[in-house]
Amino acid sequence: MSTSERTGPDAGTWREVQDSADFAELRRRLRRFVFPMTGLFLIWYLAYVLLADYAHGFMSTRLFGNVNVALVLGILQFVSTFVITTIYVWYANRKLDPQAEKIRAEIESGAVEETGE
Amino acid sequence: MTLAQGVAGSSPALNISIFGLFVVITLVVVFRASKNTRTAADYYAAGRAFTGPQNGIAISGDYLSAASFLGIAGAIALNGYDGFLYSIGFLVAWLVALLLVAELLRNTGKYTMGDVLAFRMRQRPVRAAAAVSTLAVSFFYLLAQMAGAGGLVALLLGIGNPVGQGAVIAVVGLIMIVYVLVGGMKGTTWVQIIKAALLIVGAAGITVWVLARFGFNLSALLGGAAQKGGPAVLDPGMQYGKTGLTQLDFVSLALALVLGTAGLPHILMRFYTVPTAKEARRSVVWAIWLIGVFYLFTLVLGYGAGALVGPQAIRTAPGGVNSAAPLLADALGGPVLLGFIAAVAFATILAVVAGLTITASASFAHDVYANVIKKGAVDDKDQEVRVARITALVIGAVAIAGGIVANGQNIAFLVALAFAVAASANLPTILYSLFWKRFNTSGALWSIYGGLVVCVLLIVFSPAVSGNSGAMFPHADFDLFPLPNPGIVSIPVSFLLGWLGTVLSKEHDEAKYAEMEVRALTGIGAEKATHQ
Repeated sequence: MSTSERTGPDAGTWREVQDSADFAELRRRLRRFVFPMTGLFLIWYLAYVLLADYAHGFMSTRLFGNVNVALVLGILQFVSTFVITTIYVWYANRKLDPQAEKIRAEIESGAVEETGE
Repeated sequence: MTLAQGVAGSSPALNISIFGLFVVITLVVVFRASKNTRTAADYYAAGRAFTGPQNGIAISGDYLSAASFLGIAGAIALNGYDGFLYSIGFLVAWLVALLLVAELLRNTGKYTMGDVLAFRMRQRPVRAAAAVSTLAVSFFYLLAQMAGAGGLVALLLGIGNPVGQGAVIAVVGLIMIVYVLVGGMKGTTWVQIIKAALLIVGAAGITVWVLARFGFNLSALLGGAAQKGGPAVLDPGMQYGKTGLTQLDFVSLALALVLGTAGLPHILMRFYTVPTAKEARRSVVWAIWLIGVFYLFTLVLGYGAGALVGPQAIRTAPGGVNSAAPLLADALGGPVLLGFIAAVAFATILAVVAGLTITASASFAHDVYANVIKKGAVDDKDQEVRVARITALVIGAVAIAGGIVANGQNIAFLVALAFAVAASANLPTILYSLFWKRFNTSGALWSIYGGLVVCVLLIVFSPAVSGNSGAMFPHADFDLFPLPNPGIVSIPVSFLLGWLGTVLSKEHDEAKYAEMEVRALTGIGAEKATHQ
């Protein structure tokens, strides 16, 4: 099997790491951010789609000049995508990367036997 | 055909020269890049040596296909606001890739989507399933691009007869095969980067030019479009608001768009060309900004074409809806700008088809040949790459033949089909595999094959294939499913089947899950760059 030819710790170590408090914290940080954020942008996107699909009167309301609600909400989808991207990068750099780095260092510091290579 | 003159004012010789220049430059780059292509990691993943920003530009090159560029600009010019809805789905979809898929996939896989899906499952059946769905998605996507090439030929080179168009499709296919065979992933990536730069710079230039015509006043531009196309172009509902069914169909399309991107195999494979998960993240961020800004440009291009060319002129031009952007270029900058946009459009098809071909050939060689047929015991990696190259040749031939047969089919429909298949067959399995502990081989197979079969069957029995004058087979009548877009049914069904298949099987590899989760989240033991 091609995955087993890869280098890295042995099976026992994976379980040990998975059960460690540090790893639980990393998983908690990742899931606590990405799951709610995914829910949020999907709801916001679907709300927009349903409005554009079924609320034509509201979406066609002119706000200024020829610019209507539909255009502003559409542009806001772009804005929210850019904002969520930026927030995620900030969060990942501050909260995820250092924690992952810490766990990697613990494993690679020799506390664990490496197999292969 | 009397439409063979091409766009008025177009100079086929000029269009061909500019495109020829692009081909020569990219071939030089591809041959230079090929010097370091030796190992499997080089051929499939460009030695994992691209930086995040480089890969981000290449991803936008892969993603901004002819359907995005010509299709959306044309849809906005003719159908107004409803065309813009496509761009939003295509962009928001990237958040799924950024938050849930890109980094975890980079940390666990090697070359293909199958690496991740099969990680903690029984290898052979899951890899075979992953390869089947990869080939299916790539095939539909490939067909869409090649079918578009025929229309472009008519439009830009003034070649009206099907034989001439077929010859040009064959030439495009042959150049693409050279890119893939000689350059591997590295050469293909550089082609994507060059093409993305030309496309985005060109679109930016025309956007500024259009805005300048309207005193940099967006409202005035919208007013111009409304004057030519009627006030309805500014409001949603022109295309999808006709009946209750078209409204429901739009919801279905919107779902496929937002969930399809993170399941497109040729996009997923791009995450393996960077050295770390952090670089994979940076590539998605770059891609989101570039793609987002580009779609904002298409809004201006679409309404600009509506205002300066007019829906009537676009509809009657050869190439119809797809001719909006080239006609706009002609109206602004004459034959030279038109020639540039024409060359960029060809380059787009060429680059996207190359990306799809390398993905499909990698999946066949790595998942099917090396792991299913040879059971993971390929003693000679050169042999695997040789199989990949032969597969690329076969896929290239299929693309040329398919392009000639599908010439004239609706491009946007074929692309939406590829997205629907990706969202139904791939995404549920990827998400379950990365986040659901209990998920197992049976769940993966039910979800992939179930999603794929339901999606394709619904398409076959949809009004897009039969039952009306605009269908693929207008004289047959087996449109049992009322919506052209299957996503609203096939995506939930695939999630459900993945769950059902899992709970009905007792199999569960606890140890492999531990390994996969730790690798995915921490990046321990992830594949490293082979150069530098």
